[in-house]
Amino acid sequence: MNQKKTWLYLLPLLVFVVLGALLLNSLGKDPQLLPSAKLGKPLPNFKLPVLGKEGSFISAGQLKGQVFMLNVWATWCPSCRIEHPVLNQLAAEGVIIYGLNYKDTPDDALNYLQTLGNPYKKVISDTRGDLGLDLGVYGAPETYLVDANGIIIYRHVGVVTQENWLSTLKPLLEQSRRTATDERGQK
Amino acid sequence: MLAEVGHFSLIIALSVALLQATLPLWGAHRNYTLWMAVARPAALVQFLFVVLAFVSLIALFLQNDFTVSYVAMQSNSHLPYWYKISAVWGGHEGSLLLWVLILAGWSAAVAVFSSTLPLDAVSRILAVMGWISIGFLLFILLTSNPFDRLLPNFPLDGNDLNPLLQDVGLIMHPPTLYMGYVGFSVVFAFAIAGLLSGQLDSAWARWSRPWTLIAWCFLTVGIALGSWWAYYELGWGGWWFWDPVENASVMPWLSGTALLHALSVTEKRKVFKAWTVMLAIITFSLSLLGTFLVRSGVLTSVHAFANDPERGLFILGFLAIVVGGSLTLFAFRASLFQVQGRYQLLSRETLLMFGNLLLMVATFAVLLGTLFPLISDALNFGKLSVGPPYFNLVFTPLAFAALLLMGAAPFIQWKKQEISSLIFSLRWQALLAVVLGIAVPWLYFDRIYWQVVLATGFSVWLAISMLKDLKNKTCHGTHFFAGLAALSRSYKGMILAHSGIAVLVIGACYTSFYSTEMNVRLQTNDSVTINEFRYVWLGVKTRQEQNYIATVGQVDVYRGDSLFARLYPEKRVYTVRQNVMTEAAIDGSLMRDLYVALGDSFDDGAWALRISHKPFVRWVWLGALISALGGGLALTDRRFRLQRAASSAAAEGVAPGLKVNA
Repeated sequence: MNQKKTWLYLLPLLVFVVLGALLLNSLGKDPQLLPSAKLGKPLPNFKLPVLGKEGSFISAGQLKGQVFMLNVWATWCPSCRIEHPVLNQLAAEGVIIYGLNYKDTPDDALNYLQTLGNPYKKVISDTRGDLGLDLGVYGAPETYLVDANGIIIYRHVGVVTQENWLSTLKPLLEQSRRTATDERGQK
Repeated sequence: MLAEVGHFSLIIALSVALLQATLPLWGAHRNYTLWMAVARPAALVQFLFVVLAFVSLIALFLQNDFTVSYVAMQSNSHLPYWYKISAVWGGHEGSLLLWVLILAGWSAAVAVFSSTLPLDAVSRILAVMGWISIGFLLFILLTSNPFDRLLPNFPLDGNDLNPLLQDVGLIMHPPTLYMGYVGFSVVFAFAIAGLLSGQLDSAWARWSRPWTLIAWCFLTVGIALGSWWAYYELGWGGWWFWDPVENASVMPWLSGTALLHALSVTEKRKVFKAWTVMLAIITFSLSLLGTFLVRSGVLTSVHAFANDPERGLFILGFLAIVVGGSLTLFAFRASLFQVQGRYQLLSRETLLMFGNLLLMVATFAVLLGTLFPLISDALNFGKLSVGPPYFNLVFTPLAFAALLLMGAAPFIQWKKQEISSLIFSLRWQALLAVVLGIAVPWLYFDRIYWQVVLATGFSVWLAISMLKDLKNKTCHGTHFFAGLAALSRSYKGMILAHSGIAVLVIGACYTSFYSTEMNVRLQTNDSVTINEFRYVWLGVKTRQEQNYIATVGQVDVYRGDSLFARLYPEKRVYTVRQNVMTEAAIDGSLMRDLYVALGDSFDDGAWALRISHKPFVRWVWLGALISALGGGLALTDRRFRLQRAASSAAAEGVAPGLKVNA
């Protein structure tokens, strides 16, 4: 009896050690970075409904030929509301943004866009989170940069702000837009 | 100059903390009175210097000293002065300084209000708090110094405070929350001191209780304030998001609640000692974990405005020392406190144990849900996150079970309870709960859900139980109020705190199931009707403020033909960062909120509006406040003071003989 109890007293320590190892493990990994496997790979194949357009679908192939941002958002995600005004502004400046409405109800999503404004060219309605799973979405919001060949060139986790737009996302987008024009020029 | 004063004050505070952490501890071990006597003055001096540092930082903000990098990052010369002050804790460095300030404050409070405690106990307690303080002061000085200068190229004006934080709720929310978080360091220090000395009698529980209770009250109010802020400032009418940072605050609350109850059992019945000590350690560890989660950036969150993996590594190391160290100590020492409890399966002891288990299961569920992305990533499933559906699924049955136990608690005796007499005394209460559980939603709302029936039923069950117990206990007085006055404040506090939970559950449930929301597009003088209210849109005006430009809409709400309310929803453009913020307009009342948020304008002059009708939403915060008030009432009980005086006299008499040599 006594022996058994003494062993029990070690239990909280053991749980904590496991927890600590877990936290240390995740500390090494920057959540802002894509697992390297996905970088430089094409967008996963998908065919999903377009939000707010009954009966119309969108697939990976249709997105090719343009350099764009793919923004993962949901109405249940408070951080998305913070970045939304920035997205609106970018859209007004002419940046092509597609939305990926992740694990959400379409009605809520439409309401949200109606009130907050709609920066998206089209919104992919991923209610079950299938595409999100293929992309390796960690949580909303996330933003992917995709080049004209449909290759993922960057993944940004968390809120898009004026600062990180100017410092990282914008230069990358412009660079791949230039490459796209060059390639077209050569053909 | 002021920045240097602040910086040096922190260094001096660190040196004093070193003294406070070492000398008294060694003194208590070897029984050197002179060394132990260092503890109290050291705690006071440390507090003084941290205050000096904090005041310097406030002064730097008020003077717009943008040569200090933290000020340049967080403030702006156009910011109103009250936001300049709250901007002090708007960012990482300043919020850590606030953490240390509050810790030093609690240590000073222990030093002042511990005259009845034996000197060796005070020495150990303050030494443990000194160690925590060293950790945080080092963290500030090495990785996050708010006094760093930007010389010679400093900006002419600051970057401005995040507009989301320019709000009254955010002036109050972090300090209150931190008072709670850090307040648990006191009971943690008590527990470690107890483990070190080998002395954990019921006097130990009695001393810890009021400190735990204060911290718990602050934490309750802090969480409620945060939820209230999210409700009106994020502009979407939600009041809880299960966001990692919110979870980080709710975990210590859950285990702190368990701790409060375990302490009362340990004090009254001298059982569960090891369990109580473990809860004290876990509760404070969860407060530290919360800091880690918010500050390290392992999880993304709406509140995590600044994060940095290197700082995360420091906190994780600190966490490993504090939590790992205390749990190791616990593992070796806890067997000292085994007591053969004398109670039956059906008794108040078992009931409280079950309540404790429920709370710890809930804590663990939140922990699991919060860390799930990390766990699934570590196991190579990819980073998956669980959302509100998981938490709602887990929490609903746990909440109902907790209500059931709380409602039965007053009628179950210590040691042993006859099951037949229990059923007899609860039969009317149960029947009434079933009847009202169905009748109230049936009569009040047009739709009925089983969750609503259960929530109503269990809340009624708890409320009746509280009233019945109050009636039983007051029937000996000449009349009700005489009887009420004769009851102890801690008992009345318990009744209030538990009733608050019933109110909260009703609010949370009704507002989730019966809120109506509509997104409309209106031309000036158009109107829309929701439930019995007609909303007339009267267009917008602009207003220029010190640091933002607001577009203010006007909505007149009519009930029948009479004007019921005038609402002014706003959209603000903050000039420095060009951020757009929504300020919802709310007409609040006990039974429902009318909530109007302004959307975008259309080219033809129409505006998008989001209009919601939210029944009972205020009950959520009202319930939390009632609970905190109950805690506060119990705190003023004279029993605490009398018993503390009496027990310390007793403890001092026996203390030296009981000491276990380590």
